Amino acid sequence: MSDHMKLFEVFIRSRRGLDHKHVGSLHAEDAQQALEYARDVYTRRSEGVSIWVVNSSDIVASQEGDCESFYDPLDDKPYRHATHYQLPEEVNNM
Amino acid sequence: MPETRSKDAIKQYAIRLGDDALVLGHRLSEWCSNGPFLEEDLALTNVALDFIGRARMFYSYAAELAADGSTEDTYAYTRDCRDFRNLLINELPRGDFAFSMARQYLVDVYNLAYMEALRRSTDSSLAAIAEKAVKESRYHLRRSRDWMLRLGDGTVESHGRLQRAVDELWGYTPELFAVDALEQELADAGIAVDAASLRPAWEQSVTATLAEATLQRPAGGWEVSGGRRGIHTESLGHMLSELQFMQRAYPGLQW
Repeated sequence: MSDHMKLFEVFIRSRRGLDHKHVGSLHAEDAQQALEYARDVYTRRSEGVSIWVVNSSDIVASQEGDCESFYDPLDDKPYRHATHYQLPEEVNNM
Repeated sequence: MPETRSKDAIKQYAIRLGDDALVLGHRLSEWCSNGPFLEEDLALTNVALDFIGRARMFYSYAAELAADGSTEDTYAYTRDCRDFRNLLINELPRGDFAFSMARQYLVDVYNLAYMEALRRSTDSSLAAIAEKAVKESRYHLRRSRDWMLRLGDGTVESHGRLQRAVDELWGYTPELFAVDALEQELADAGIAVDAASLRPAWEQSVTATLAEATLQRPAGGWEVSGGRRGIHTESLGHMLSELQFMQRAYPGLQW
């Protein structure tokens, strides 16, 4: 049956204020059903306060083979990295 | 009601509701690893766990009232068929997926209304259990109603199976609304739910869903009852032999 069903990617926000994180994927007939299955498959131990489901086919992904043209040119622009700044103690999580 | 009488009556009532939850939970758990696909398998077993958890709460409360050394396990594992007081619809074999979903839907509509009413019980323990159960039942109903629409308004095959299931189950639904002397006494005291009063709303919801799912509402004309008196279908004994096997073979076993 799951052969005919659509694939969805599941994102869960574990606490208010945090980002939605990708947790996995599942099969469902439609988005509403995917949301319910996401609840059963990925939030069994009360992991979340909010769930997003996205049609996997709607995700446009970069290819690993594109690394060279995509990311390598950024390596020689160190001024884009904030590594030369002294961070005040109070600023955590940078 | 004198206090000892009322305590015993509430205990019996709690056991009835515990039996309903345990038996249906066990039937649902039989889908574990047999679900039509992985996601549904997990969802079904989640629902099964909700019911088994509900059974534990009702049984624990009954054991507390009994105060005779009984525990939740005493009620689940050491009573025979005739001592079980569940409604018959809950014990019917799981059948095919359409049958399990049709049963679930008919019972979920009932359970949600029932637990909403039990929240107003003057017995604070029963009201507290109901409070938790309402949230679960709301989700259960959302799922089972969704499957009614999907299967009923699905393929010729799924429609046919679901219609057959509803027809087979229909005669077991009048029992949901029967009120015997014990429940009447407790209902009058504001403790139990007057199940008969839930019927009109149940009929209305179910009729609307059946129509939306393009299913025929069965004509009725037959009904089976007896669960509340310990008179069961032939299926319960087989189910209990599996559910209770370990405690029967190794009494008092713990792990």
